[in-house]
This record gives sequence, structure tokens and C-alpha cells, in this order.
Amino acid sequence: MLDLQGYGPRLLEGAGVTIQLAVLSLILAVLLGLLTASAKMSRSWLLHRTATLYTTLIRGVPDLVLMMLLFFGGQMGLNLLTDKLYDQFGVDWYIDLNAFVAGVITIGFIFGAYMGETFRGAFMAVDHGQIEAAKAYGMGSWLVFRRIRFPLMMRHALPGLSNNWMVLLKTTALVSVIGLTDMVRVAAEASRATHEPFTFLIPVAVIYLLIASVSEWIFARLQKRYNVGFGEH
Amino acid sequence: MEQLNQWLAGLLEGNVIFTPQTLAYYWDGLVTTTQLVFLSLLIGLILAVPLAILRGSKHRWIKLPVYFYTYVFRGTPLLVQLYIIYYGVVFVDGIQESFLWPLLREAFYPALIAFTLNTAAYTTEIFHGAIKATSRGEIEAARAYGMSQALTMRRIILPSAFRRALPAYGNEVIFMLHASAIASVVTLMDITGAARFVYARYYAPFEAFIFAAAIYLCLTFAILYLFRYLEKRLLAHLKPLSGN
Repeated sequence: MLDLQGYGPRLLEGAGVTIQLAVLSLILAVLLGLLTASAKMSRSWLLHRTATLYTTLIRGVPDLVLMMLLFFGGQMGLNLLTDKLYDQFGVDWYIDLNAFVAGVITIGFIFGAYMGETFRGAFMAVDHGQIEAAKAYGMGSWLVFRRIRFPLMMRHALPGLSNNWMVLLKTTALVSVIGLTDMVRVAAEASRATHEPFTFLIPVAVIYLLIASVSEWIFARLQKRYNVGFGEH
Repeated sequence: MEQLNQWLAGLLEGNVIFTPQTLAYYWDGLVTTTQLVFLSLLIGLILAVPLAILRGSKHRWIKLPVYFYTYVFRGTPLLVQLYIIYYGVVFVDGIQESFLWPLLREAFYPALIAFTLNTAAYTTEIFHGAIKATSRGEIEAARAYGMSQALTMRRIILPSAFRRALPAYGNEVIFMLHASAIASVVTLMDITGAARFVYARYYAPFEAFIFAAAIYLCLTFAILYLFRYLEKRLLAHLKPLSGN
């Protein structure tokens, strides 16, 4: 049988870190994506331009480079900021950038750009007549968003969302490079220490495949739910 | 060359971080990244065409192994694949006696193998989708002309499938360029590797990584425009007639 040489518990802990990181980044990315999509569709020139700059820059640069920039640069930027606060206002404040928080912010920030594109396309696919009908019923704009626009948009967004989630899940492996102890880092350390790379890295690959298969099943069910009333497409 | 050097020295005068030597690191990194990405894409493409045809076979024992391969390589992080190959290559029986060992001992070739297998898996699925989307009428017409299955594949299905696959393949090329940044994790000095070196040496994260990001951005746009041009040329027959 599989002999993990005492690395088992740490590997499981690492798997927990991977899943938490992925889910929290997904939530952040969806929120950012909704904001970006609204900004891109807004009439304000400034909002539109800012959102376009954000999605273009983020999607043009490798995740790892952005991660290092935000992680290594982020701490330095925070230190500069708190130094300035101290010099000018005498506020003694030190923020330590936790690797986990940095990971969530970075991955959420990167995938917010991809989600923004997905949501923008989905919002534009919503039949305008539906929104006019909702307005004719006297719904306010928040109510229109909550009851009509969002559920109808999700139907179109789900395939893209599911795709983004799968890529995001695999991107979380990169945090091992900036020092977070996810399951990839534990497995890499164990491989180097024991000279048995396959014993640790193949189970990690299997866990990724398992998570991907479970999420595929969940997305298929969601898709069914959001497609209610539209027949098969 | 002398003039260029003088011009560069003048431009960089008083610059602590971006000395000619630093720029040389980035240039070497650019060369490594380009070699790695170009070679893996090329070999991956050559592997993907037959695999895509096999993936669409009617026989279960031909179709399933290919599907298993693409499922595993698309479902796990490239970093894990790279680690498995980079750390695992030493343990392949007899590899240290083989003539390949001097090559495989360096980080470049394990990285190249990992990247090639990864992009081949994605490209196989892209081509498989494009082959499946061939209209029945085209295949029936080819049959009616008496073409054999192989000739139909070569003359009718593959050319039109390549065209249909072009936009998705363009995305894959950009994806590969970005994914290649993880080569720096196994000590390769690609663009990201150069940036990490400069960061560590001068403790200047913004300068080091933003400069690398700018190089990647330029490469991304170059690939984007190349594919947009190719699409315009090769998909011209699909454009609406009265389009503006």
C-alpha cells in the first residue's frame, strides 16, 4: 500500500489549504467579476476604460509573475504606506501580509478579470424584453437585478464560470512557490526529503482530479437548475 | 554594435537596477522562454493531430486511452506535472546510463517534456472538437467522389478542422506562454527567472516584476495579432458578405 512516511497528515492539511484558498478566491473573483462587468457596460467613460485596462493587463501577464509582484511588492508597498502614516500622523501601525490572505487576494484579483469577461458576455445575452417587462411591473433596479437579470445571466455564464473555476483550481498550485504550505508544497518537500517523488506527487495529482470531477458534477446540476424553463440547449 | 552599446550606456546612465548586465539577464530569459514555448508548441502540435484523430475513433480501446491522457493532463496543475517529471526522471530505470542522461540532467529538457505533454493534451481536445464539428455534407460529398477514409481525412476534414480550431489554438498558445513562467521554479532562467534574480539581488520587486510583466504583455499582443491576421486570411470565406 501507499506509504506516506509520516507525511500523510501534513498532506491532508495541505489539501485543506488548497480547497479553502480556491473557494475563497472564487468568491472574491465572482464579486470582482460582477463589478468589472458592470463597469464595462456602464456609460461612464472612466469606469469603462479602467475596467478594460484591468482585464487587458491581467490577462496579458502570467499568473506567477502577478503573484510575485503582488506578494513581494505588496509587503513593500504596505511598509511604505505605514511608514508614511507614522512619519506624518504618528500612527504606529504595522500590517504583516499573511501568505494565505495574499494568495486569496492575488488569485481573486487575477480571476476577477476572467470572470468579468464571462459575466459581460452573459449579461449582454439576456433578452432586453425581460428587463423591460420587469420595469413595467414596477420593479426597482436592485430588484430587477436580483430577480431577473442575475438568474437569467447565470444561465449563460455557467459554462464560462465552470471553466474559470477549473483553471483557478489549478492556479492555486502556484502559491506553493511564494511560500504557502498547500498540498503541492508539502508533496514537493517530501519528494526532495525522501527521494520518492511519485509516492507524494501522484496522490496530489489524483486529489486534483477528484476535486475537478466533483466540481464538474456540481456545475452540471447547477446548469440544469438555471436552465429550467428553457428546455435543452 | 559599438554605437548601440554607447546608446544603451547613455540611456541607462545613473540607473542602479537596469544596468546593461541586468538587461542581458532579461534578454537571455527571453531567449529561454521563446525556445521553451516554441519547441513545446511545435512538438505538441505534431503529437496532437494523430491523437485527435484517435480520440474520435469508434473503437473504445483506441478512444479511451487518449481520453484518459487528456483528462489527466488537463485536470492537474502543470506545476505538479513538472515536478513529477523533474524529480522523477532520475528514477526511471537505466536512464542514468542512457545517452539521453546528459540532456535530461539539466532542467530545460524535463521542463520541455512536461510542457509538451501538457499542450499536446489541450491541443488534442481542441482539434477533436474541431474535427467533430465538420459538417456531414462535406464528408458525404467526399465519399460520393469515391475518396477513401484516409483521403477524406487529409483533404477534407483536417484542413477545415484546422481553420475552425484556429481561435481556440491561439488561446492555447498564449496560455502556454504564460504557463512557461513556472519553468523558473525548477531553476531555469527564463524571463520570470531573470526577474526573480533581479528581485533577489536588488530587493526591487516592482522594477523586477513589472519589467518582466511588460515583456510578457508585448509577447502576448504579438501572438494575439498574429492569430488575428491568420484568422482574417484563413477564415475570409466565412465572413459576412456585407460586413463593415
